[in-house]
Amino acid sequence: MKNHKLFTLIFFISILISCNSDDSKKSTDKDSFDRGALLENWADNIIIPSFENFASYTTDLEEKTEAFVQEPSEANLASLRASYEEAYIQYQTVAMFGMGRAETINYRMFLNTYPVDEAAVKGKIESGSYNLELFTSYDEQGFPALDLLLNGLAEEDAGIVEFYTSHADASEYRNYLQAVSTRINGLTQEVLADWQNSFRDEFVSNTASSNTGSVDRFTNDYVMYYEKNLRSGKIGIPAGAFTGNPVPQNVEAKYSEGLSKDLYLKALETVQNFFNGKHFGKSETGPSYKQYLDHLNSVKNSADLSSLINGQFDVIKQQATNLNADFVEQIQTNNSVMLQAFDELQKNVVLMKVDMLQALSISVDYVDTDGD
Amino acid sequence: MKKAFSAYLNRYSEAAPLAVFRIFFGIMMFLSIIRFWWHGWIEKLYISPQFFFSYYGFEWVKPIGDFTYVIFIICGLSALFVALGFKYRLAIITFFLSFTYIELMDKTTYLNHYYFISILSFLLIFLPANAYYSIDVWRKPKKSFQKIPSWCIDSIKLLIAIVYFYAGIAKINSDWLLEAMPLKIWLPSKYDLPLLGDLLQQEWVHYFFSWSGMLYDIAIPFLLLYKPTRIFAFVLVVIFHLVTRILFPIGMFPYIMIVSALIFFDAGIHHRILRFLSGIFRITKARFDNGLVKHYKPVKRKLVISVLGFFFLIQILFPWRYLLYPGELFWTEEGFRFSWRVMLMEKAGYAQFKIVDEESGKWFYVNNSEFLTPFQEKQMAIQPDFILEYAHFLAEHFKEKGHENIQVFVENHVALNGRKSTLYIDPEVNLLDHRDSFKLKTFLLPFHDTIKGL
Repeated sequence: MKNHKLFTLIFFISILISCNSDDSKKSTDKDSFDRGALLENWADNIIIPSFENFASYTTDLEEKTEAFVQEPSEANLASLRASYEEAYIQYQTVAMFGMGRAETINYRMFLNTYPVDEAAVKGKIESGSYNLELFTSYDEQGFPALDLLLNGLAEEDAGIVEFYTSHADASEYRNYLQAVSTRINGLTQEVLADWQNSFRDEFVSNTASSNTGSVDRFTNDYVMYYEKNLRSGKIGIPAGAFTGNPVPQNVEAKYSEGLSKDLYLKALETVQNFFNGKHFGKSETGPSYKQYLDHLNSVKNSADLSSLINGQFDVIKQQATNLNADFVEQIQTNNSVMLQAFDELQKNVVLMKVDMLQALSISVDYVDTDGD
Repeated sequence: MKKAFSAYLNRYSEAAPLAVFRIFFGIMMFLSIIRFWWHGWIEKLYISPQFFFSYYGFEWVKPIGDFTYVIFIICGLSALFVALGFKYRLAIITFFLSFTYIELMDKTTYLNHYYFISILSFLLIFLPANAYYSIDVWRKPKKSFQKIPSWCIDSIKLLIAIVYFYAGIAKINSDWLLEAMPLKIWLPSKYDLPLLGDLLQQEWVHYFFSWSGMLYDIAIPFLLLYKPTRIFAFVLVVIFHLVTRILFPIGMFPYIMIVSALIFFDAGIHHRILRFLSGIFRITKARFDNGLVKHYKPVKRKLVISVLGFFFLIQILFPWRYLLYPGELFWTEEGFRFSWRVMLMEKAGYAQFKIVDEESGKWFYVNNSEFLTPFQEKQMAIQPDFILEYAHFLAEHFKEKGHENIQVFVENHVALNGRKSTLYIDPEVNLLDHRDSFKLKTFLLPFHDTIKGL
């Protein structure tokens, strides 16, 4: 008899399924979060404007480099250096966008692999033969190379200028400097053009839920950028978090006194703004991880994750006020402040990689094996 | 009672259902191995990683470099032999050993499905699945029997019933039934499925899937056993497994279960299947239909029945071993595996290991991606036995690198079924002070919530 009851129950339930699946279109009270709108906001209001903005800086960088190379003077050096610093800071607003052409050409690696290989750069300049398109030359170009060429060649500006005027290889130095700036601008224009042309639509229309969908891939990239490039690259590795031995030479922009913290803060701000869907250079916000999490939260009634993550970003920024403007100096005088920064950054790795990805049901690993 | 049992042991039925089961099982396994290879998973899971997580007591089972492919070849071929019923006993023993070896190589890849295949193939070693419609008895008609003892077929039914039933009662818990977790996390992310996509956003749908899934698992063995409901039950089996196939990445398993469920049917359908096969391959089926009954010699029968009895006793008791451990099972996972707890948890974690020099106090964090694949890291970060094994591995590694007085600590956050992540392992505990065992893992921090249920 018991079987009979179960049978009736299951039968009833299966009738329920078949009835309800027919009118699925009607029930839209809690519809799915619109991932298309999310991707549009990311592409149109954040990513493309960020690249447009950055591209104007790299254009200026190339022009200022040309001016300096034409007439290597201390005044032109100062003006080029200002352009470089501003461009380096603005680079932090696009560094995390690693999809599309940026991925195929290894944009991030070419623009910002540090520490720069000083010996290799000088060797190549002196030999006069180099090919910046080689993958083996990641650490001989980009902003870290500019950092070396504009700040690291000598103590005084006069001494630096000499490398471009009276040094035995002065013309090679000028050529190399020009090549590095030109390449930064060229690659940036290429990535921007790709976003403006075909990739934007490809990105926005790929709303699939699989691990090849834009949201999944972008999110993996986003979390990885935060963990590897921001937490480890800017703070953890130079502070020796993974070895126990601090390595100040691994600080980003180590030759530019006082720039490293600005870069860090800009990258941090970019990651947080992106989390909140804040339009580039504007105060309005659009569909974002925050909205997505809040939407899912309304279904699940669990912890208010977006506030926790934003709260932790605020703690990180607060902690950063303890950091010296120059991380090299910070590491040499009191490395523990760097390690504190690492630990605070780490808390958001957990919240984003564990809690946020769980909430969004996005898997971290790219292994597409079977599940239970 | 005893009389009834001995009467049962002397009941005989058509061998066709078991033969059909053997054929489908062999083919499915063969295809599974091909598929595994085709996806590049042998390389990805068993060759490229530099470290493998071992089951307690099976530390000696490791991938053997490029020769790992040989194990898969042996496994695939033996599956084919099983399907053909060619050198059946040797083939099924080889399959059981090679398949189980593969599963033991790295527990990162543990799936209940694989465990099911392992124990099912173990069971098949003791059953006369080649007595009918096999190459073995085609060649030796003396060993060909149209009928075999009923218990041979019933033992497979029993195993399938145990799997479903235990999977069902494991779902009787507050997360699954009252919170619709983890389906509430998983289903909405399938928003792009045609027709279903929007529906899967509805909360009632999450509850519906949770409850009907639980009821299905508990009821389906009975519905399959009871003749009047059998066809309906089979339709449910097909629907249920196809739905899970659409919603979740579970590979071949749905098909294996659908085909396995055929064993519950009377022999008529199996004869029809075999007639169909005979037509295609021009096999004279009549040659097997000799009306003979396979009788076991008393000693052999006693032996086989004892083995099966012991086997099922373990199967029935083993899933309850979690009761021996205090604490929340989903949290501690002590007694979680090998218990048909399927799809119950969405668990994610992050483990940051810290290597400390006890004398100098100098320390550094470990970059897990140096040692583990993303898949391994993900599994490691949520299971205490993985964490412990990895901690000992790290200590060895850094000792070789010249570090001394090593202590290993971990700051490990775990989120379970949508709860906010919290600390999992006591960050103050030097993991090297602990060894893996079946004893309670005292370095685990308590779960700050309760999940009621079985």
